[in-house]
Amino acid sequence: MKGDHHMILRVIAKCLIPLIVIYAFYVQFHGEVGPGGAFQAGVIIAVALILYALVFGLTATMRAVPPWFTRSLAAVGVMIYAGVGFWALLSGGDYLEYQALFGEPPGEHHGQHAGIIIIEIGVLCAVSGAMTTIFYALAGRVAEIRDEDW
Amino acid sequence: MILETLLVTAPDWAVRHSTVLIPIVPLVVAPVLAMSPSGRLAWLVSIATTAASLYFALLTLAIVQSTTGGVISYHIGNWAPPIGIEFRVDSLNAMILLIVTLMGFLASIFSWPTIVAEISKEKAGLFLCAFLLCFAGLCGVATTGDAFNLFVFLEISSLSTYVLVAMGAGRDRRALPAAFDYLIMGTLGASFYVVGVGFLYAATGTLNMADIAAQLPALGANRSVQVGFAFIIVGLGLKAAMWPLHQWLPNAYAYSPSFVTMFLAATATKVALYALIRWMFTIFQPEFAFEQALFTWVLAPLGMAAMVICSFQAVFQTDIRRMLAYSSVAQVGYMILGISLGTAAGVSAGLLHLFNHALMKGALFMAVAGICLNVQGTTLRDFAGLGRSAPFTMTAFAIAGLSLIGVPLTAGFISKLQLGYALFEQGWWWAVLLVVFSSFLAVFYVGRVLQAVFFQPPANPSKLRKEAPLLLLVPLWTLALANLYFGIDASFPAGLARDGAVAALGLEAFQ
Repeated sequence: MKGDHHMILRVIAKCLIPLIVIYAFYVQFHGEVGPGGAFQAGVIIAVALILYALVFGLTATMRAVPPWFTRSLAAVGVMIYAGVGFWALLSGGDYLEYQALFGEPPGEHHGQHAGIIIIEIGVLCAVSGAMTTIFYALAGRVAEIRDEDW
Repeated sequence: MILETLLVTAPDWAVRHSTVLIPIVPLVVAPVLAMSPSGRLAWLVSIATTAASLYFALLTLAIVQSTTGGVISYHIGNWAPPIGIEFRVDSLNAMILLIVTLMGFLASIFSWPTIVAEISKEKAGLFLCAFLLCFAGLCGVATTGDAFNLFVFLEISSLSTYVLVAMGAGRDRRALPAAFDYLIMGTLGASFYVVGVGFLYAATGTLNMADIAAQLPALGANRSVQVGFAFIIVGLGLKAAMWPLHQWLPNAYAYSPSFVTMFLAATATKVALYALIRWMFTIFQPEFAFEQALFTWVLAPLGMAAMVICSFQAVFQTDIRRMLAYSSVAQVGYMILGISLGTAAGVSAGLLHLFNHALMKGALFMAVAGICLNVQGTTLRDFAGLGRSAPFTMTAFAIAGLSLIGVPLTAGFISKLQLGYALFEQGWWWAVLLVVFSSFLAVFYVGRVLQAVFFQPPANPSKLRKEAPLLLLVPLWTLALANLYFGIDASFPAGLARDGAVAALGLEAFQ
């Protein structure tokens, strides 16, 4: 595009956004041994989308990641979290009792591993979905009174 | 006896998990509703969900009443307290859970006509999702035995309440500033609460309520404990609309969608009051010197001030919903006054009034919601002559209004009588006079409406049928008849309140 003075910005953003998303997953899956976790990871994913929206515009972002998707993502995240709780109930344990997920004897920990990972994925979905939805709601707001009408 | 058959017929899993299922079922259904394409489907699902919660709450009550200790302790994730989160239900919160789930169930039944009238079609599913989240949060506050978990549930219910209040903007734009005010005040209240919990955590090193209670006597007059207590009382007082922290309430009730007003008036402040009682009696003990001072010099005067001042304010309102909202603050004053006595009789009177107030305000706001559907206005002038065009709705309104005043043979009379006994027992006869005076003011503000409804000519005579739809009349009359029934035979709510006071104060308080 001729006369496009945002060229550098666009190129840098295009390079950075995948890195940001990868970093989010690093924070997500590294959360058990270092600082971080699904909350932080969810926010970082939302940051990648917000950067995209700042550089390429809101309409392009909403075409790539539509608002109904982010809203559903947030809802699905909560369902995943609560679903693990019900899974434990159905397997005969207490609510959110990871040990009961696979009906293992006390010495084994597969249920513990699986439970916390699935729950963290639920949190990731919920946080990134909610953050992006909030951003869309704020950025997509149109003034009810036009500036000239003041 | 209904409760016993319920207990016998309930499957094993329901008995074992009933406490946790009360808040979790609506919590897991809420996100499903957020994606529901059809509002009507979402409405039917929300009725089924609140009905399930009501069933589990009744079951919990049955279990609490049938076990000897009267306490159910449920360990989330099978982590033993005080490390894990504990859901702990005794007679006190079993009663609150019954109120919240019953009111949520009745509210969700009648919600559909008001949603069609007041909420845009594509938002109906999201609206009901927010309602279920609020419902789940309130149930969660009333089940949990963990101080921080209580904060989380309090925030779940509050955040969704702000959304629900703001949804009234479709009908009246003033809902937006009302929701914003409530957001600021509610967030302040929640932060005060969490700051207080932080101080207590610093002093005791635990967040489990029972564990905090066990450690407090050894700490004596620790300053950080006292500061924490003060923060918690102010924070929860804001949520419970304790005068003079009630400024958010009148606007929030007056401009939110009429179904939300009914649900909030019947449940939200009740749950915050429950949390106050829990903190003042179960965790802290009334024997602590600073708590005695709080009762005598802060809570009792504030309760009395609320009774008189807010009843006065209610007399001068022209909007019926604002009038009822101010009356709500005054009624909270009665409850606070009862609690501030610190005696078993006082707490039990406060709890009984809490129960009865949920019944009467639920019925009153439901009747107003029914009128809103047809008249599109809630001022006194809009209500003129409605006795002729909407006799069923308005008769139920009148019954609940009389109960609000405290006319004999209604539920309101019983609880005011109990409060009077409790006050006399302490020798506070002048406080009894204030209660009577405040009831006298209630005669004015309720009487003004009833006079307009039944004895004035209608403002718009052309429209004859203004009756609320059947979907609204059935829950409305359920509540109205409950007001009459519990005014004649109060053994069920009085028993609940007495058990609740026993659970709060310990059995020895009754001997």
